[in-house]
Amino acid sequence: MTGFQTLLYKELLRFWKVSFQTIAAPILTAMLYLLVFGHVLEGRVEVYPGVSYTAFLIPGLAMMSLLQNAFANSSSSVIQSKVTGNIIFILLPPLSHGEFFWAYVIAAAIRGLVVGAGVFAVTLFTSAVPWPSPLWALTFALLGGGILGVMGLIAGIWADKFDQMAAFQNFIIMPLTFLSGVFYSVHSLPPFWQGVSHLNPFFYMIDGFRFSFFGVSDVSPWLSLSIVGACFAGLSLGCLQLIKAGYKLRR
Amino acid sequence: MSPAVEIRGLSKRYGKLQALDKVDLRIERGEFFALLGPNGAGKTTLISILAGLALADDGEAHVMGHCVRRSYREARRALGVVPQELVFDPFFTVRETLRIQSGYFGLSKNDDWIDEIMTRLDLASKADANMRALSGGMKRRVLVAQALVHKPPVIILDEPTAGVDVELRQGLWQFVTQLNKDGHTVVLTTHYLEEAEALCARVAMLKQGRVVALDTTRNLMRSVAALRLQVWVTPDRLPSSLESGAVKGADGSFTIPLARHADVADAVVALRSSGLEVSAMRILEPDLEEAFMRIMSRQ
Ligand SMILES: Nc1ncnc2c1ncn2[C@@H]1O[C@H](COP(=O)(O)OP(=O)(O)O)[C@@H](O)[C@H]1O
Ligand SMILES: [Mg+2]
Repeated sequence: MTGFQTLLYKELLRFWKVSFQTIAAPILTAMLYLLVFGHVLEGRVEVYPGVSYTAFLIPGLAMMSLLQNAFANSSSSVIQSKVTGNIIFILLPPLSHGEFFWAYVIAAAIRGLVVGAGVFAVTLFTSAVPWPSPLWALTFALLGGGILGVMGLIAGIWADKFDQMAAFQNFIIMPLTFLSGVFYSVHSLPPFWQGVSHLNPFFYMIDGFRFSFFGVSDVSPWLSLSIVGACFAGLSLGCLQLIKAGYKLRR
Repeated sequence: MSPAVEIRGLSKRYGKLQALDKVDLRIERGEFFALLGPNGAGKTTLISILAGLALADDGEAHVMGHCVRRSYREARRALGVVPQELVFDPFFTVRETLRIQSGYFGLSKNDDWIDEIMTRLDLASKADANMRALSGGMKRRVLVAQALVHKPPVIILDEPTAGVDVELRQGLWQFVTQLNKDGHTVVLTTHYLEEAEALCARVAMLKQGRVVALDTTRNLMRSVAALRLQVWVTPDRLPSSLESGAVKGADGSFTIPLARHADVADAVVALRSSGLEVSAMRILEPDLEEAFMRIMSRQ
C-alpha cells in the first residue's frame, strides 16, 4: 500500500468503526425531517407540477445529509488529531501535499455518499421518487461530497479548538445548507432572497442533484455543474496551498 | 558523504521569543549524539524543524543530505522521531498503529520487522491491546516502535525516558545502542545527564536557543569539570602544599583539585609525610552533570 492508500484506509476505518454514530444516526435524522415536513406540507405545496412534496423533499434531504456528513468527516478527523496531538503521525511520514489532501477529501466524500445512499434507500418505501439518471446524480453527489470534504479539511486546519469548529459549522455550513432550497424551491421566495440564494453554491448542488430525479430544476443543470465544478476546483487549489504552506499544521 | 544532520544558521521565533538563534550543528553518520539544555532551551524546536513539524524563519536543515523543505519526502524517509509528548490514536490497537505507520511510508509487507521491534521493546504481549488501555510506559514504547517502522538511518529521541520506569529505560537503551552499532545515527535529548554521559560520544548544549558547548563528552568533562580528590583526615587540616584551591566541606572532608590522575599519588605522599592519618578518601571524576552546571551558569 502507498502512503495515500494507507491514509485513506485509516480515514475510512475511523468512521466505519463507529458507523452507528457516523452513518445510522444521520440517516435517522433525515427520516425525522421527512416524517415531520412531509406530513405537515404534503398536499399543501406543489413545487413542480406532478411532483408531490415528499418526492420533492427526498433528493434534497439525501443531498443535505451527504453534504453535512462529508463535512463532518474531514473536519472532525483533523481537529481531533490536532487537539490530541496525534496529527504528527501523519505529518512525520513522507506523504505529499496531494496525498494528504486527496485521502481526507475522498474519505469524506465516501462517508457522505454512504449516508446519502442510505437516506435514499430507506425512503424507497414511500415509492414517491423516480429512479434518478445515474450519471447526473453521481456527478453532483461526488462533487458535493468533495466540496464539503474540502471545506471540512480547511475548517479542521484552521480551527485550533472545538468551539471554533462549532462556529464554522453553525455560522457557515448550516446557513448555506438550509438556504439552499432543500425544503422549498427558491422560486417561491421573494425576488431579493431568490437573488441571494443564487449566490449560494449549495443551491446548485441541490438543484442539480434534484434535476437527476425529476428532469426539472430551477436553473439549467449545466449551469449548476459549471458552478459546482468551479467551486470544487477553487476550494481544492486554496486548500492545497494551505497544506503546502503548512498553515497551522507545521508551525 | 553528506552528514546525518547538518544545520546552518537556523533561527526560529515564536512571537517575541527567540526559540533558536542562528544554530549551526553537524552530526556525522553513525554518531550517538546528545542534545542537552534546560527546559525551554530550544531542543524540541530544533527537532521539530528537522522533522518538518515546524518551519524555520531562517537557515537550512538537512537530514542525510536532503533539505527538510525542498526535499521533504526524502528527508522524512531518512528520519525517525520519538516525540516528547505522549500522543496516540485511541481508535487502534498496537499492531494496527504500527501497520498504519508502516503504510504511511509505503511499506505494506512489514510484519516481520514490526514483530521484531515489538519483541525488542517488550510490546508483543500487548500487540492486540487498544492504545487507550496501555500504561504511559507502554505508550512510550509504541512511540519508539512507530519511529522505527521504516528503519530510518537517523533516529531522534526527544526525552524518551522522562517519567519512565528503570526497566524500560535499560531495555530501551540496550535496543538503541544495538541500532547505533548497526549503523543508525542516534540523537537524544534527556534530563538524565548520566544517561547521556554513558551513551553519547558527543554533546551539544543549548541555552536560550544558542549552542553554548559542542564537543566530545570526554573533552567537555575534562575541560570544564575538574578531577578532584576528597579526603577525611585527622587532625583536621591539610599540608600547605595541598591547600591552594582546596575546599572544606560540611561533612568535614577536604576536596583537593588535581590536574591529572598521576597527581593522586603525590597528594597521598604529601598527606602521609606530614603525619596526617587518612580515614577515608575518594577520587571525584569529572562528570557531565558538573560540566553541564558550569556551562549553564556561565554568562
Ligand atoms: N508552538 C509554540 N508557540 C509558542 N512558543 C513556543 C512554541 N513551541 C515552543 N515554544 C517556546 O520556545 C521555547 C523553546 O521550547 P522547546 O523547543 O520546547 O524547548 P526544550 O525542548 O529545550 O525544552 C520555549 O520558551 C517555548 O515556550
Ligand atoms: Mg523539549
